[in-house]
Amino acid sequence: MMRVAKIAAIGATAVFAALFVGWWQVDGPGADSAPGKRSLPLTAMEFSLTDQDGRDVGPETLIGEPSLVFFGFTYCPDVCPTTLSDISGWLDEIGPDAEDLNTVFITVDPDRDTVETMAEYVSYFHPQIQGWTGLPDQIAAIADSFRATYEKVEGENGEYTMNHTAGVFLFDATGRFVTTIDYHEPREFAVPKIRRAMQNRTERAES
Amino acid sequence: MFKTFAKAIQSLSVALLMGLPMASSAQQLSENASIVVESPWARASLGMSRPGGAYLTVRNEGSEPISLIGLRAEISGMASIHETRTNSDGVSIMAPADNIVIPPGGMFALEPGGYHAMLMQLQSPLVEGETFPLTLLFSDRTELEITVPVLGIGARGPEG
Ligand SMILES: [Cu+2]
Repeated sequence: MMRVAKIAAIGATAVFAALFVGWWQVDGPGADSAPGKRSLPLTAMEFSLTDQDGRDVGPETLIGEPSLVFFGFTYCPDVCPTTLSDISGWLDEIGPDAEDLNTVFITVDPDRDTVETMAEYVSYFHPQIQGWTGLPDQIAAIADSFRATYEKVEGENGEYTMNHTAGVFLFDATGRFVTTIDYHEPREFAVPKIRRAMQNRTERAES
Repeated sequence: MFKTFAKAIQSLSVALLMGLPMASSAQQLSENASIVVESPWARASLGMSRPGGAYLTVRNEGSEPISLIGLRAEISGMASIHETRTNSDGVSIMAPADNIVIPPGGMFALEPGGYHAMLMQLQSPLVEGETFPLTLLFSDRTELEITVPVLGIGARGPEG
């Protein structure tokens, strides 16, 4: 009887350990992002937007260089300017190596964020940061491909704000989704993640 | 009726008279010196149609808990304290902050990604290099007027 109990205990421990490891990798802190929420690769996306200079842009604009992409809106008083400032700081820290990194801010509020608005807004941050806008269905298409969400929230006086996915998405030069940099992630983690996305390209170039 | 409380701070008028923006690290105290506001700053706005955001730290040096219950600013038709939260799906949500209680000896920071002073219906743009007055309203009826320096849109903290 004792032996059976012991074996059962060991077995149960093993099962729990396996469950724990699984949880850690899938849902827990070891996960890159929530299950089923990983962005598609850029190569599997279809969208057509307009950059701050009025040029047509799509997934093909990004593929070929590593990319750093995030969603926001220019009427955002806190998270969006903070994220743009953070990104500007990361780019400064990476230095000349970051010159080939596509860095794109995509609005989730195309009704207010016109091409001219995006051009003015991004001009206050690192010169490499682009601002893309487009038709509402195209914004919806790209957000969907990224597994990003956004939602209009009406205020009291006819004003509205947007809830939106705040993380920064990283893709390697082949368009493969690498990881996200969560809002509030310290720079010590953010910059190595970007370097990792950039590294994938070097490896590919060497092989 | 607010007049009795409105004279809370003199350093502001001094700064305005001298035409000098106060250093962002300057402390600004209530009359009985039990409430200290440090490191206020705001981001420059893009015109007047977008809400402005400002940040600061409040310290309670008194012996009673105090609540920060609201804001008032001539530059804003509607000033309030907002909180930004990021939910488990990574979605950032902004909502009015409720009941901010600062215990004796405690402090409360409005900082990027957490709490901010939400300045809606701007009456004039927030211009980098300028300052504006902002009044903090507390539960003990203290009204503390402070001077907020405006930094660049890309500023990350009170140091720029
Ligand atoms: Cu707000």
